[in-house]
Amino acid sequence: MKVIPIVPAAEEEPRSIWLYEKQKKIHPRSVTGRFARWRWIMVWLTQLVFYGLPWLTWNDRPAVLFDLDARRFYIFELVLHPQDFIFLTALLIISAYGLFLFTAVAGRLWCGFTCPQTVYTEIFLWVERRFEGDRLARMRLDAAPWSWNKAWRKTGKQAAWLAIGLWTGISFVGYFTPIRELTGEIASFGLGPWESFWVLFYGFATYGNAGYLREQVCLYMCPYARFQSAMFDRDTMIVSYDPQRGEARGSRSRKADPKALGLGDCIDCSLCVQVCPTGIDIRDGLQYQCISCAACVDVCDGVMDKMQYPRGLIRFATQNGLVNRWSRAQVLRRVFRPRVLVYSGVLVLIAGAFVTSMLLRSPFKVDVVRDRGALARLVGDGQVENVYRLQVMNATERAQRYRVTVEGLDGAVISSADSLDVGSADARWLPVSVRVPFETATALGPGAHPLKFRIERQHDGADAAATVVEKSTFVVPR
Amino acid sequence: MSDFFNHGWSVFVAAVTVVSLIACLWLLIVASRRVPMADDGSTGHVWDGDLKEMNNPLPRWWAVLFVVTVFAGGGYLAMYPGLGSHPGQLGWTSEREFQDEQAKAREAMAAQYAPFKGQPAEALAKDTTAMGIGERLFLNNCAACHGSDARGSKGFPDLTDRDWLYGGTPAIIEETIRKGRHGMMPPMAEAIGGGANVSNVANYVLSLSGSPHDWVKAMDGKEKFAACAACHGVGGKGNPALGAPNLTDKVWLHGWGEQAITQIVTQGKSSMMPAHESRLTDEQIHVLAAYVWGLSNGAAAGR
Repeated sequence: MKVIPIVPAAEEEPRSIWLYEKQKKIHPRSVTGRFARWRWIMVWLTQLVFYGLPWLTWNDRPAVLFDLDARRFYIFELVLHPQDFIFLTALLIISAYGLFLFTAVAGRLWCGFTCPQTVYTEIFLWVERRFEGDRLARMRLDAAPWSWNKAWRKTGKQAAWLAIGLWTGISFVGYFTPIRELTGEIASFGLGPWESFWVLFYGFATYGNAGYLREQVCLYMCPYARFQSAMFDRDTMIVSYDPQRGEARGSRSRKADPKALGLGDCIDCSLCVQVCPTGIDIRDGLQYQCISCAACVDVCDGVMDKMQYPRGLIRFATQNGLVNRWSRAQVLRRVFRPRVLVYSGVLVLIAGAFVTSMLLRSPFKVDVVRDRGALARLVGDGQVENVYRLQVMNATERAQRYRVTVEGLDGAVISSADSLDVGSADARWLPVSVRVPFETATALGPGAHPLKFRIERQHDGADAAATVVEKSTFVVPR
Repeated sequence: MSDFFNHGWSVFVAAVTVVSLIACLWLLIVASRRVPMADDGSTGHVWDGDLKEMNNPLPRWWAVLFVVTVFAGGGYLAMYPGLGSHPGQLGWTSEREFQDEQAKAREAMAAQYAPFKGQPAEALAKDTTAMGIGERLFLNNCAACHGSDARGSKGFPDLTDRDWLYGGTPAIIEETIRKGRHGMMPPMAEAIGGGANVSNVANYVLSLSGSPHDWVKAMDGKEKFAACAACHGVGGKGNPALGAPNLTDKVWLHGWGEQAITQIVTQGKSSMMPAHESRLTDEQIHVLAAYVWGLSNGAAAGR
């Protein structure tokens, strides 16, 4: 529980307090250790992907390109059309259930290790340390009057921050505009208004969020932070201080026996508060501000090593485990509880469906649209003809030829051009007339009758044959 | 801008809007100070035995943003319509924005159509880009009546054959698209004497194209056809200047057989093709006419 110190009020007239307070700047102390290393691994992984992907090429185009104008998403070999939006939905559901699952098991891992806010803050903090030093030096520098020393350090930091922010903005827009064109345009000052806006907007957002807002984003803006607590239960692994081991706190000599002094293992060095990026004291128990970054775990383990006490005074533990003094095995057994099993089940199901539908995805799509002007017409000697428009969408990056046949009605033939060529990642309309002989028409009688279009991709050197069958109706007039 | 019954409503709505904006600010200010109640910084409220309502102040930047949004709202209402029937200082209207967008689109389109300007239809029909545009224009504007395959249906001419009511040169097609056509045939039953004569003339008309007919009736109808010849010509070959159909071919726009012809002769016919000059630009009509010309002259690419 956080206690906000309040100046004792006079008896007669209680002083009111201002409810909107200035942000107290937090100067997190640098930390090394197991979890810090993991965080840096995640920083490298995510940022190599983010900054690197736009530069990769594939089939003589950017490997990943979201071409909004042409409404095509290119992801390596995949070409996604607007009709494939269901895959994005599936991806979002998978992400959501993934989040639910490991939040239920191990708390806010996403927040502490892979969230862009955390990752960029980590990078910006690293820059800040290079220019201004660690926590104490930074605090002194902030309090000091302006001098040459302070000026160059602050300016250098700002310049580096802005450069990183700008580069992040450029990389972001590089997913929508081929990045080599983009950098060329920037070099020649020929950037379009929208691209300029998004480069600057995304760049400034990175600079502002990672440089200034930092923990404020997690505390006041982030929607995930609000609902992740709903996935916690007493068996969720969270960063916890072990009060039974730690209390009573107090400093002591390294040689002294704490039991004799009536003390617990916590030496009250306050390092866990100094390293906390959200500025809380984990020893007060679980708080909504905690993003599970485990910086306090790392720093406390270091202190325990120095004191030659066992590690784990602050550790990942479940509330039940702490209270009942469970062993590791007992805690792990509780991982397989209904909530986790349901999340895993749904996740596996949707991920399976996603992968299967991706693998079975047809390399082209067809829409059949009946002509609305005239339902049917009579041609020649009593034959009935219906007209359709077929839209064929080629989801490969090679020109393809398609042939259309019709089935489901006796003697139905296509009386117009029955093949068409569609260019790379293109879509084309083909008007198709279907003709039915007089005998069939009379046998069927007036009304709408089902028929099927079979569209076959012609086998050529690069791609195997593929088939799509689409249903439609055939109208016989009265 | 008369979107209210009377001016009173406009004033009322504007007043509600302004009062709401001010109330937002007032709420922020009123709720910003509070006398602490308990010594531990809580409000003294406790739920479930251990759940206290603490004083967790909002960050100052949040309050500042709130104020900014209030003023931004005021600024918006001053510049754009939204305050009752106040039109806003910028004079923005959705209609004007639409017209600006249209003008912009036309400019962008002009660049697309520039290479086709002044090119004869024969050349355009070989140009795949132009024909791609033509095809899309056709599917969006013409296919509703003439069919996606342009082969028409009853009452709507087939554009893929070589039979033209008004003539099939690109210039005439362009004129047809631009101005539309009104095909008129008056009821002719009276003019040819009525009664059995109608059936006789119908059989004679069938005989012109060598279609199955009653040759006795056709013989009787031959002299009565003189009334029809005024438009369709003595030989029934039609007259493109009037849009009178050729009766000697096998193309039957309004149905085939004695019954269909009798109906037309008795009731007349009035067919309408709407004018498109207000819907399509000159450049579009030029490309579209080339596409339609290409349909029957087999020169269009990819068909």
